[in-house]
Amino acid sequence: MRGCVGVFLAVSLGWGGSPIRRAPTTTASVNNPFDANEVAQRAGAKLYARECAACHGAKLEGLGKAPSLNRAEVNQAAPGTLFWVLRNGSIWHGMPSFAHLPEQQRWQIVSFLRAAR
Amino acid sequence: MEEPGNLEFATKNVTGKPGGGSRFLGASTELEYGVRGWWTAEFYLDGQATAGETTLFTGYRIENRFRLLPREHWINPVLYVEFENINGADRALLEVVGHDGKADIAEDTGDARFEKKRELEAKLILSSHFKGWTIAENFIVEKNVRHAPFEFGYAAGVSRPLALAARPDRCSLCPENFQVGVEMYGGLGTHESFGLTETSHYVAPTVAWTLASGTTFKVSPGFGVTGTSAGFLLRFGVSYEVAQIGRAARGLFRGGVR
Repeated sequence: MRGCVGVFLAVSLGWGGSPIRRAPTTTASVNNPFDANEVAQRAGAKLYARECAACHGAKLEGLGKAPSLNRAEVNQAAPGTLFWVLRNGSIWHGMPSFAHLPEQQRWQIVSFLRAAR
Repeated sequence: MEEPGNLEFATKNVTGKPGGGSRFLGASTELEYGVRGWWTAEFYLDGQATAGETTLFTGYRIENRFRLLPREHWINPVLYVEFENINGADRALLEVVGHDGKADIAEDTGDARFEKKRELEAKLILSSHFKGWTIAENFIVEKNVRHAPFEFGYAAGVSRPLALAARPDRCSLCPENFQVGVEMYGGLGTHESFGLTETSHYVAPTVAWTLASGTTFKVSPGFGVTGTSAGFLLRFGVSYEVAQIGRAARGLFRGGVR
């Protein structure tokens, strides 16, 4: 019974599993306004270096507990799903929310991640 | 909230010349560490210098912030809990509560330094992000652990970067590196006399500029809007964040052993 309560809490509070798997399915249909925009990809690379590289590595390889971003789950994720993860983070697993960045900058990071596959 | 493993160094300074008092400079040095994604801890050392009076270390503050909801919502609450052990000469003015006013900061610091202020403070910080705007409201409760009533205060502000999309080049003068806004803060009396009577309130435009290196400069001229308020307070500060301080330190030691 205690285990069931734990699982329920973990799911409802967003503790379990990868944040990509926790993203609502509706996020997959949200389009990146900077899709295939080369300038946005370069801006995203700059933002990635400033906001993400300390944990996920300069080459997306992952450092310490932060997972690699150059793996199938990330590469196959829809842009809207990656955007959702950036907005919400995964705070029980150490990834903060990046909602303080304007939407445009979060989409630029997504553009960079898509281009870096 | 600070990102887990990151350490931010910051100075927060304020200067002013309250009516009847001498010009002062209050300074706080802040260390802010991201313990978890939902927990940030901070430590402050305060000092002040007042023209023709004293230059003093005035005490320290320990603070913790807890994010209450795991996901982003329209309004995101953060609970802030602080213990401060300062003396009456402290001029950091990190918050305005109760009936704080220009008379408090005009008081002679040579006498005020003997007044002990061990206080607990709690804030409910509500923040929202909407189309590039950051909107934040704080409700503050402060209590001296030995005496004095509960004191209340508030702060509210909006800010926005000058550009929402980033430029592709590394630059210090890009418009997205400038954040402008306005805030309002003040006291709300005590539990015995809650309200706006004989309280201080300030309206303050804010500008923050982040260099390509990550160093951020902030300046905020505050204008007192009630008779109890100091007429003008100039806040300014610098902050710099070291990403993943633990890993950086381990790297240094490993390098030293070789």
